[in-house]
Amino acid sequence: MPEDLNWAIGGEAGDGIDSTGKIFAQALSRAGRHVFTSKDFASRIRGGYTAYKVRTSVDRVESVVDRLDILIALTERTIHENEDELHEDSVIIYDGERSTMQDVEVPGDATALEVPLKRLAEDAGGAIMLNVVALGAACEVTGFPIENLDESLEKRFGDKGEAIVENNKEAARKGQDYVQEEYGEFDYDMETTDEDYVLLNGDEAIGMGAIAAGCRFYAGYPITPATDVMEYMTGRVDQFGGKVVQAEDELSAINMALGAARAGARAMTATSGPGIDLMTETFGLVATSETPLVICDVMRSGPSTGMPTKQEQGDLNMTLYGGHGEIPRFVVAPTTVSECFWKTVEAFNLAEKYQTPVFLVSDLAMAVTEQTFSPETFDMDEVEIDRGKVVDENDIDAWLDEKGRFQAHFAAADGISPRAFPGTTDGAHMTTGLEHDELGRRTEDTDIRIEQVDKRQRKVETAREQEDFDYREFGDPDADTLVISWGSNEGALREGLTLLEEDGYDIRFLSVPYIFPRPDLTEEIEAAEDVIVVECNATGQFADVIEHDVLERVQRINKYNGVRFKADELATEIKQTLDTPAEATQ
Amino acid sequence: MSSDVRFTDFKSDKQPTWCPGCGDFGTMNGMMKALAETGNDPDNTFIVAGIGCSGKIGTYMHSYALHGVHGRALPVGIGVKMANPDLEVMVSGGDGDGYSIGAGHFIHAVRRNVDMSYVVMDNRIYGLTKGQASPTSREDFETSTSPDGPNQPPVNPKALALASGATFIAQSFSSNAQRHAEIVQKAVEHDGFGFVNVYSPCVTFNDVDTYDYFRDAIVDLDETDHDPSDRDQAKDKILESEKEYMGVLYQDEDSVPFEEREGVEGSMAEIPDGAPEGAMDLVREFY
Ligand SMILES: Cc1ncc(C[n+]2csc(CCOP(=O)(O)OP(=O)(O)O)c2C)c(N)n1
Ligand code: SF4
Repeated sequence: MPEDLNWAIGGEAGDGIDSTGKIFAQALSRAGRHVFTSKDFASRIRGGYTAYKVRTSVDRVESVVDRLDILIALTERTIHENEDELHEDSVIIYDGERSTMQDVEVPGDATALEVPLKRLAEDAGGAIMLNVVALGAACEVTGFPIENLDESLEKRFGDKGEAIVENNKEAARKGQDYVQEEYGEFDYDMETTDEDYVLLNGDEAIGMGAIAAGCRFYAGYPITPATDVMEYMTGRVDQFGGKVVQAEDELSAINMALGAARAGARAMTATSGPGIDLMTETFGLVATSETPLVICDVMRSGPSTGMPTKQEQGDLNMTLYGGHGEIPRFVVAPTTVSECFWKTVEAFNLAEKYQTPVFLVSDLAMAVTEQTFSPETFDMDEVEIDRGKVVDENDIDAWLDEKGRFQAHFAAADGISPRAFPGTTDGAHMTTGLEHDELGRRTEDTDIRIEQVDKRQRKVETAREQEDFDYREFGDPDADTLVISWGSNEGALREGLTLLEEDGYDIRFLSVPYIFPRPDLTEEIEAAEDVIVVECNATGQFADVIEHDVLERVQRINKYNGVRFKADELATEIKQTLDTPAEATQ
Repeated sequence: MSSDVRFTDFKSDKQPTWCPGCGDFGTMNGMMKALAETGNDPDNTFIVAGIGCSGKIGTYMHSYALHGVHGRALPVGIGVKMANPDLEVMVSGGDGDGYSIGAGHFIHAVRRNVDMSYVVMDNRIYGLTKGQASPTSREDFETSTSPDGPNQPPVNPKALALASGATFIAQSFSSNAQRHAEIVQKAVEHDGFGFVNVYSPCVTFNDVDTYDYFRDAIVDLDETDHDPSDRDQAKDKILESEKEYMGVLYQDEDSVPFEEREGVEGSMAEIPDGAPEGAMDLVREFY
């Protein structure tokens, strides 16, 4: 039995794949096992192949691998889609009584368990519970205590009444009993622990981080895979005195958020590719009006509407360079689900301290991945809030000019002016997207233009001095091979490097969460013989940036078929890259 | 403080660069009067403007203000008001800004019915870009980009508002100072989205929709038996294409603003120094 178990349920969209997978993942998490989930889904509501995959272990799991141990196949296609990941010890659970599944050919030496899912579900009270029958069967195969599944069913169906919960528990028992009677013992024996984990995905972590950080206003327009941020905040932020508004489009969403931020609220908007395009117009206004705003881009594959439900890290340039003119900004890209929480908190602080847009960049793989953490990972007592230079009635006098006018764009040495929330006595002032003087009034005076451009730009310099824009380091610090990555690839790379270590490769790995300003990697790159930058896009946008920074060619591993990196796949690719002469890959 | 506020307190010390005679002077004066009359002062007032000659208004007034990008002033205003309902929010801009590039936002701002006022300076032309057809330009109005006229009927913003569920629709004329200030004041006092289309002539680029034209054409609703609470009467007046009316065309006295229906209470600007009380419950939800 492998230390980690890979489990999946697949079928057609509309078959309840997601909720069934989630029930199992939650049961595992409550049983004190670590969980890492991933989803295969197509951009359609009904029909089309979809799968929910769970990797689970007693130790932490932070990536997916190309191996499936247990597969619940609700359709024949599910088996074909996952054929490559099955092995001789794999177990496939399917309903052999269904007309469409009667001629199913089980690939290789995998074990096929024909379980009459539908019939047993009907016996328990309704065909709709056939997925739960399958879960019960999976519990039997894996030796997972079914009581843990019960708890998860209570959580899922508790609102629907006692009877429904009981029926579901019964359905699971029927699946369990059937497998026991017809097929006997299996090798798997899933351990449980006393740990209590929480299970959440990247979008939820961003939403939770935003609320923790004091975000009170969210405006957005639905788009996969950013919608979950909005859905998470809806209702929840209200409990803390905030509001979510669904705008008519992204142009409106970012402008509403800007308005709220200008009124003094911590505000955020989140979107994905096509939405970030529409928002671009306002990036410059946010920066020029010196309004603190968090703009979250949960990337999916482009260009255009590309593959809306597939992974890509293709918008980096957009967040780094998007918008006409030159825009002082921050670009922060969390590298794990828990970092989605902490970097969101940080994004709000950066936005208010430096009064400029902060791009919080995540991606589809991170957004839909649910992962287990100990609750202390999100210790709310650790959340610090820094609102920057806000002035009120008591200290505003220091910022008034000789005529008593508030200098909202005072050209301070550190580039950061005072901020007065509307409503503050004597603080009334204008702010504009046009170039302006220290009072916020429009000007075309060439000297003032230079003064204000320099002033805004100085914020970035100040931040470089005051903040710690560092990388996260893993592997062997003295290794000759340096791997660099950003965003959600961290987990897969860490595991991939462990696999490589077993094969005798020593690697130093830097996972970079700060895209701009970013750490200076000159020394690290000079100390290495091989430098490989790994990212989910075709052209290597981050590799370009690094080459530019250090004037050194790096090797690249890019993936852009719409699927995230997997640990074993990365190990192989890195090996190939290192074993091929550098010139050949450049 | 409010009782001492005079409308000139809303004036900034920046001299307007509008052409002498531009309708926007009168429109702005009326806005300042209305704000002062309703007991507001510059420190609790927020003006949002779009881009255009008209959009410069925020610069010439004294209050908290934001001058944004072309066509997007309404969403900014909504965000301001949602985040702090204690502020008096007024949005202003041109007909191009509001009914062309910002038309989508207009419809949705109307139906959202946030408690703010929207004053559109309708000169039936693009002023700042020097005289192209605007969405309210006449079908045969010749301009640099429409030598034979736009060849499409003008939009009827009041009809658009009515169809979108407006709770307050008014028409005003900038040169009729007293009436204009009164009408804007009603929009400010209205509990919900107070929409005022103001005929604000462009003396430089529009030689058709002039002061003289409006003066002759305009009919004051106060001199008719119009009942603004009657939606059907409002509809008939709004759809009469040959007539130019002045006054409140429609007002729903029972209007409840969006932010009130949504239960927004007070400013969102105040937050604790750390995560809010009870935030750990958010984590426990994920057990
Ligand atoms: C996105 C964008 N497109 C075009 C412009 C150029 N532009 C500035 S003002 C304006 C039209 C203004 O017309 P209107 O709103 O009627 O205002 P007026 O100047 O007549 O008061 C245009 C097209 C711009 N600033 N931004
Ligand atoms: S161009 Fe027209 S709208 Fe613009 S300031 Fe001159 S008169 Fe007014």
